[in-house]
Amino acid sequence: MAKRIEVSGLHAYYGGTLAIEDISMTIEPRSVTAFIGPSGCGKSTFLRTLNRMHEVIPGARVEGKVMLDDDDLYGPSVDPVAVRRTVGMVFQRPNPFPTMSIYENVAAGLRLNGVRGKSKLDDVVEESLRDANLWNEVKDRLGKPGAGLSGGQQQRLCIARAIAVQPQVLLMDEPCSALDPISTLAIEDLVAKLKNQFTIVIVTHNMQQAARVSDRTAFFNIAGTGKPGKLIEIDDTSTIFTKPQEQATEDYITGRFG
Amino acid sequence: MTSETGVESSADRAESVRAGHRARMPKSTGRVGDRVFASAARGSGALVLAIIVAIAAFLVWKAVPALQKDQANFLTSQAWDPNAATPRFGIVQLAFGTVVSSLLAMLIATPVAVGIALFIGFYAPRRLGGPLGYVVDLLAAVPSIVYGLWGLAVLAPHMEGVSKGLNAALGWIPIFGGDSPGKNSVFTASIVLAIMILPIISSLSREVFLQVPRAHLEASLALGATRWEMIKMSVLPYGRSGVIGASMLGLGRAMGETIAVAMVLTYAPGVNIHLLEDGGATFAANIANSFAEASETGRGALIASGLVLFVITLVVNMAARAVVARRKEFA
Ligand SMILES: Nc1ncnc2c1ncn2[C@@H]1O[C@H](COP(=O)(O)OP(=O)(O)O)[C@@H](O)[C@H]1O
Ligand SMILES: [Mg+2]
Repeated sequence: MAKRIEVSGLHAYYGGTLAIEDISMTIEPRSVTAFIGPSGCGKSTFLRTLNRMHEVIPGARVEGKVMLDDDDLYGPSVDPVAVRRTVGMVFQRPNPFPTMSIYENVAAGLRLNGVRGKSKLDDVVEESLRDANLWNEVKDRLGKPGAGLSGGQQQRLCIARAIAVQPQVLLMDEPCSALDPISTLAIEDLVAKLKNQFTIVIVTHNMQQAARVSDRTAFFNIAGTGKPGKLIEIDDTSTIFTKPQEQATEDYITGRFG
Repeated sequence: MTSETGVESSADRAESVRAGHRARMPKSTGRVGDRVFASAARGSGALVLAIIVAIAAFLVWKAVPALQKDQANFLTSQAWDPNAATPRFGIVQLAFGTVVSSLLAMLIATPVAVGIALFIGFYAPRRLGGPLGYVVDLLAAVPSIVYGLWGLAVLAPHMEGVSKGLNAALGWIPIFGGDSPGKNSVFTASIVLAIMILPIISSLSREVFLQVPRAHLEASLALGATRWEMIKMSVLPYGRSGVIGASMLGLGRAMGETIAVAMVLTYAPGVNIHLLEDGGATFAANIANSFAEASETGRGALIASGLVLFVITLVVNMAARAVVARRKEFA
């Protein structure tokens, strides 16, 4: 289950402020696409337009087109709730439901989808935790609060929660930025494994990470404070890191700005 | 230019003040203003404590002689006859009326208050939510005598029909049972109380809901939760103990309410679990109704009952604050 995303002419606003301008790109299924760029250039904003989470912020709106295979995510009759069930998301800081057990955290999305029946839930919870490389660490304490896990485990729990509903796409916004190096490696391994099942988009501020995990890399930049963020280029990761088309990309990946 | 000199001179002055302190009193760490304020604050704190102790002592001093004359058990007797030649009085009927009417008020008010808070926080457009919250808070500014008048003149006449209907439909439940459902009942008093405690429960709940971290809300939204599902998954679990604390504060407030209950509820002796029937009594309303005509012993008895009410509300309020404080740790 994985679909192609095709974005064309997308603008996103916070109130009257244009945050990202005229973005078009294609994101291939069963691959990892990394977003890199200086902070504030709109990577998170763009990511959140892909599952219509942008518009939950008061005053925020989107113009342009996002196609998921043949479906227009911003079509007039499309329910944003349905979009979010198809396009899963993992956040920068692990955010398991604090009052729910590990089991209930993973089952939460299934319950929203109306899945009932203990054995069915048990199966999917176990499978998702296995896919998230977390099963062996938590199988003896599924009834314990998810908030009691370490940061890296919590993030993998959030990944398990997101993939339990079998989304078409998995969006990850700097999923390792709050984690230690070992947990980061665990997540990177997981990403490499999950791309066989899902279309994955990962925002990262860490260029080595982009180089390690992604097939394609998109570089975003911002002309100056108060200016909207733009997509500079998107290409195969090896190309971006060895012979990018744009000078700005080269400056950024070699650590030279301006 | 002028501002520069101004800065310099005030800095110089501060320096010289510090130097002066150091020279005269080497151990002092504070400045004059700090010390004056500290002693003023300490003094007012002590004064408040002294006043409270004095009031308690005075009440106990007035209550004890009456309690000594009591021919019944003050804690277990249902009688309230302190003005007789052989005074017999106990707090049972007062405690019953107080606790039951307040609990019922809390049960009625809490769902409504939470609903209002959720509506303002998560459903209403900002232009509607703000004014609506303001109006609900304004309910707290209405004097209780006005609630009493409204309850007596407007609500009570309508309650007769409501009570009869409830009695006919749910009469098999003891609290809705009885032969003569009326309009000046504990039930009517509870509704008036519920409206009176609505603002405090609603505004505290709103505060709690406002504090739900965005990350929790987005966790459920990103899973494809509708707004109501987000409320069930992220808002209510986070806000639960805060809402419980808020409704207990409302309970404490309802227990102490005097004049509105005194006006709505007709006095009837004894414990009556048929809450739709006329009559009942609460601590506060009983004191307000009978203090003026009471004998020396009668006043002592009323004061003693007031002390009991004080203890009960203190316990409820402390429990409520403990619940709210525990929520902070959890968050
Ligand atoms: N909730 C918000 N309200 C208003 N402006 C925002 C909000 N979130 C982000 N922005 C603005 O949008 C721009 C892009 O931010 P963001 O997408 O978070 O960048 P990145 O993820 O690349 O660091 C920034 O200028 C930021 O200030
Ligand atoms: Mg970001």
